[in-house]
Amino acid sequence: MSRIWVLLGERLALGVVTLIAISALIFLGVELLPGDLAQQILGQSATPETVEAFRRELGLDQPAVQRYFQWLAGALHGDFGNSLSNNRPISELLSARLGNTLFLASFAAAISIPLALTLGVLAALYRNSVFDRLCNVVALVCVSLPEFFVAYVLILFFSVRMALFPSLSNIDAAMPFGELLYRSFLPALTLVLVVVAHMMRMTRAAIINVLASPYIEMARLKGMGRLRVILFHALPNALAPIINVVALNLAYLVVGVVVVEVVFVYPGLGQLFVDAVSHRDVMVVQSVGLIFAAAYILLNLIADLLSIVSNPRILNGEG
Amino acid sequence: MTDDIKAGSPLLSIRNLTIEGRSSEGWIKLVDGVDLDLARGEILGLIGESGAGKSTLGLAAMGFTRDGCRIAGGSIDFDGIDLVGSGETVRRDLRGKRIAYVAQSAAASFNPAHKLIVQHCEAPVVKKVMPREKAMKDAVDLYRRMRLPQPEEIGFRYPHQVSGGQLQRAMTAMAMACRPDLIIFDEPTTALDVTTQIEVLATIRDIVRQFGTAAIYISHDLAVVAQMADRITVLKSGRAVETAPTRTMLRDPKEDYTKSLWSVRSLDHARAPERPTVGPVLSVRNIDAAYGALKVLEGVSFDVHAGRTVAVVGESGSGKSTAARVISGVVRPSLGEVLFEGRRLAADYRTRSREDLRHIQMVYQMPDTALNPKQRIRDIVGRPMEFYLGLRGRERDRRIAGLLEQIELDPAKYMNRLPSELSGGQKQRIGIARALAAEPKLIICDEVTSALDQIVAAGILKLLADIQKERNLALLFITHDLSTVKAVADEVIVMQHGRIAEAGNVGDVFARPASGYTTRLLQSVPEMDPDWLTRTLTSRNAEPFS
Repeated sequence: MSRIWVLLGERLALGVVTLIAISALIFLGVELLPGDLAQQILGQSATPETVEAFRRELGLDQPAVQRYFQWLAGALHGDFGNSLSNNRPISELLSARLGNTLFLASFAAAISIPLALTLGVLAALYRNSVFDRLCNVVALVCVSLPEFFVAYVLILFFSVRMALFPSLSNIDAAMPFGELLYRSFLPALTLVLVVVAHMMRMTRAAIINVLASPYIEMARLKGMGRLRVILFHALPNALAPIINVVALNLAYLVVGVVVVEVVFVYPGLGQLFVDAVSHRDVMVVQSVGLIFAAAYILLNLIADLLSIVSNPRILNGEG
Repeated sequence: MTDDIKAGSPLLSIRNLTIEGRSSEGWIKLVDGVDLDLARGEILGLIGESGAGKSTLGLAAMGFTRDGCRIAGGSIDFDGIDLVGSGETVRRDLRGKRIAYVAQSAAASFNPAHKLIVQHCEAPVVKKVMPREKAMKDAVDLYRRMRLPQPEEIGFRYPHQVSGGQLQRAMTAMAMACRPDLIIFDEPTTALDVTTQIEVLATIRDIVRQFGTAAIYISHDLAVVAQMADRITVLKSGRAVETAPTRTMLRDPKEDYTKSLWSVRSLDHARAPERPTVGPVLSVRNIDAAYGALKVLEGVSFDVHAGRTVAVVGESGSGKSTAARVISGVVRPSLGEVLFEGRRLAADYRTRSREDLRHIQMVYQMPDTALNPKQRIRDIVGRPMEFYLGLRGRERDRRIAGLLEQIELDPAKYMNRLPSELSGGQKQRIGIARALAAEPKLIICDEVTSALDQIVAAGILKLLADIQKERNLALLFITHDLSTVKAVADEVIVMQHGRIAEAGNVGDVFARPASGYTTRLLQSVPEMDPDWLTRTLTSRNAEPFS
């Protein structure tokens, strides 16, 4: 078992290094934006004296490297500085928005992962049947359509025509859980349609890939039924690629929701991100970018660990 | 126990069975009108070259056809049950319970995700033959009967934690789990080293006799089948050529094809003259090599002279392939040096001169993967001529044609073919032609015949011997097969655990082996005598099984 802890340590260290590298890139990107931050905020009409004073207030007169480490140290403590547009602490803004985004992502994941795995297993089981082909066609259509289009189609049918669900998902923490689910149903469904295809097709492909192995023929020659062959013999050996694609899609659910949140006016990180960009609130953009990167790295880290745990060769060492 | 078994109704009765497989040219016959009977408790040997339909026929005895195959005609009757006409449910119920299967590579056929005992108990528990606790106890009992070490614990390991020979025995134990009436053994020892093979053969034979299980034993190796089977059927291109009780078949084969299979085994060659007085072409001096912390070669030294064949023989893990890789400069030795015609060669092939590279060529084990599937024969053979000899255009084509003639392939027909349009033996000939194209002084042959059938392999060995004589080539033969050594080599180097256990002229070493390991290795090679296994086991009775 000690090998796992070594591996865990390695991956964790690697994750931290990646995150630091990304934070540096984000900081550099903001630095490279044309014009001085202070000048941009104050506008063209500001006198050089006011700009100079404002720069001192923001700490922009210090060298970039020093400001980077200050920002990084603050971010590590959960202090992302203050928003430029309303001067509120960014961490305050983030916490509510992050919670909402995670809620929406979990909602979509809770539907899409079991659905994708079940459909993938069934498609592999009845491969080349009508069911398999139908699954593939629907999945391909969903994955090919841009998500805003899927979102508007859903709004058209479920809110405008049938009036079943609200088209605006403005939620707040005070609402009861059922209300939250009801209001965020359409954005969640949009996300489900977008991610389920990828996971389903990967599950199907991973299982079918394993089905060519001699141990699958052996299982069939032991007289095992088709479902048992797939669930007991093929699936455990196909887990690593499936876990990876699930993690990738989970990361997408957190990071890639920008468009969906905007369409449904859902008060999540994506919406905040877009607002910050339009207000030129670079501090917020910086912070949200860092959080997105962290989510990506963390989910991939978890996927790596799960793939390792699912492989007895690595788990138990060589014999 | 041969003819008298046939009394009473047979357990398995196959009549006029035809199985077809889908190919690019439509359905082709894999098994073509085969009749076969098997009595209860009888062991039938099925022998033939690859593509003869042995496995297809063996699987059909379980009512199973691989994807892309179909039973086109005939009947399979297992104990009164029609395996062709009955539904999949009936057949599936029989499999694992009354008919079991032991595959060629246990390492690939055990599921890597589950422990051995879990896989062992699957059939008895799922098929409700016995409850799990009883099946687990029985598994341990069977492991003990198969003489597996630590029978109480070995089942709780994953396949990758158990050696190949042990896995093969565990798989036989698994086949026995429901005490089937019939077991299909599909080349169960082909992937094993000879010293491991003998143990597995002995345990398989014992357990099949203990339980009176009938078996179909499939192999391409006559000597192995001779130890196991009561009767032998020879297959060729999907047809049963000849069937006879084992002793009759060995003593007096009737058909020409059977006789040709027999004669391949006695292949021998004229020994090269004694070592020439000029210095060796290749000289390996005190080589040590390691993969990370794992030492694979220790103090290995030998010489290869022009016009002579040196065989390096050993079991898997003995370091024989690493020795070849050190010589070709792919693996850097941690100690020692390689001399070519008395000059020291750079340890890394990337720093060797083109001339040094040209003089040492390789022929590989798997002709399928050693040839670029996208290149035509002309380019495969022509490339070394351009690279090493600077030949172009017509002169190059003329030489390619000459080489193809030498390897007995018609240039007009084969020059523009792709490797996929050749048979395994033809591909290996192209591999040899490619090595010759560089006009080397030494060719390293790494298990060049182990992926080929006996008759095809014999052709390749003869070709190499002819070319050697003509060009005064030095050949270094890496092999695990002692009969190949006997057939081609002048000198032999026996390797064990990365060291040279013994070296000398083939005749001397084989007649009077000096090391205990060589003796054991030689004793483990099956002979064409049905009593060989029994005799060998009695003679070394004192030795415990590992």
